Amino acid sequence: MKPFEYYEPASLAEASDLLRRLGKDASIIAGGTDLLVEMKEELRSVLHVVNIKKIPNLRNFTYDPAAGLRFGALVTVREVETSPHVIGNYPNLAKAVSLLGSVQVRNRATIVGNICRASPSADTIPPLIADGASLSVYDGGADRTILLEDFFTGPGRTVLSPGDIVTGISLPAPGPTSGRAYIKHGRRKAMELATVGVAVSIEHVAGQCSDVRIALGAVAPTVIRARRTEDLLRGRRIDAALLAEAAESAMQEATPIGNVRASAAYRRDMVGVLTRRAIGYAMGGAR
Amino acid sequence: MNRLVSMTVNGEARELAVAPNRTLLDALRNEGSLTGTKKGCDVGDCGACTVIMDGRPVNACLVLAIEAEGATIETIEGLQPSYDQPHLLQQKFMEHGGAQCGFCTPGIIMMAKALLDENPDPSEDEIRFALAGNICRCTGYTKIIDAVRATAEELRKAGTL
Repeated sequence: MKPFEYYEPASLAEASDLLRRLGKDASIIAGGTDLLVEMKEELRSVLHVVNIKKIPNLRNFTYDPAAGLRFGALVTVREVETSPHVIGNYPNLAKAVSLLGSVQVRNRATIVGNICRASPSADTIPPLIADGASLSVYDGGADRTILLEDFFTGPGRTVLSPGDIVTGISLPAPGPTSGRAYIKHGRRKAMELATVGVAVSIEHVAGQCSDVRIALGAVAPTVIRARRTEDLLRGRRIDAALLAEAAESAMQEATPIGNVRASAAYRRDMVGVLTRRAIGYAMGGAR
Repeated sequence: MNRLVSMTVNGEARELAVAPNRTLLDALRNEGSLTGTKKGCDVGDCGACTVIMDGRPVNACLVLAIEAEGATIETIEGLQPSYDQPHLLQQKFMEHGGAQCGFCTPGIIMMAKALLDENPDPSEDEIRFALAGNICRCTGYTKIIDAVRATAEELRKAGTL
């Protein structure tokens, strides 16, 4: 790893000033599990590393049945994975985070870090988008809120400018009739990047879908919502014929590439299979 | 420029002089002279560098040494109760043939210790899930899992948990 200057700002204001002044050659370090790998492999040149772990109030974690879930930028993947609130109310997120790297990685990695890395195949992003998550961003002035699905502009790229710091994430509380699922498809069970990831959050009563969000991972330059497929399902009774229609529609919405992990055609096929399955699981079907 | 980092390693207060780009792994092995923790892939894939930091297993290759300021670190060297007495996990790995070349073993044993500290009665699935980030390229995993299960059983019998 090449040498760098190291900073430990004690407040958001100090960190934001520093990052704005240092510009493109600076990076925040939170968990470091992606950043240090990229620096070691010289995929990224980072001359200034700004550690945000000395900044207070970024480790908060709260759940309220009305307000939902909210946690800070320094909350680790493992903390979210083992939280009874997440396991009970956001099973799709619990599942997705348990599949990210290893226990050792999850003990360091943060959810917000995984988001800001903006990988199209990030495990945490599809369920968070399906659940309607939004980010709080500090930029020196008042916090602004960005809906997670509007956060990404391309692989590794987000709407953030130098000096912007994501301080936390919030998710609305699940409705009384909601069902959720996340399916990660890979070549092996552990230590894997998703070939395709599908998250579904659905509101349903007696088989009738009143609202639904579907997020597809690793099949477009960013994680995307399958909006046409959602429109197809909304207000209708979910049956085998509609599921087949939804699968076909989701396949059309994906724009996968072929790479070392899978061909584009295979990814597209899997979007169909997994979308159908994930809707079934979210509706309470057997796994 | 080097900085002095204070941490507790295996119960002993240590002060290591490191550059900011030094990982905890390199600092333990070089400045700390504790070479039991192994450097395998150096990018968090293999788990050979697993140490327990403030009670949680981490890849020492993915932690900057300067971030360990004030931390409590446990490594394989701190596991034995005395020089001539192996830790129960080490004993069981020997009995069950849980090591072949042995390079991955310190990381696996530290991960197994972290698992048993948290969950004294893990199922086979839970052991496999916990060890998913530790790669062994020679012996296969069956004997490793047997050794961890045998340790858990014996600890339970002894009532030491």
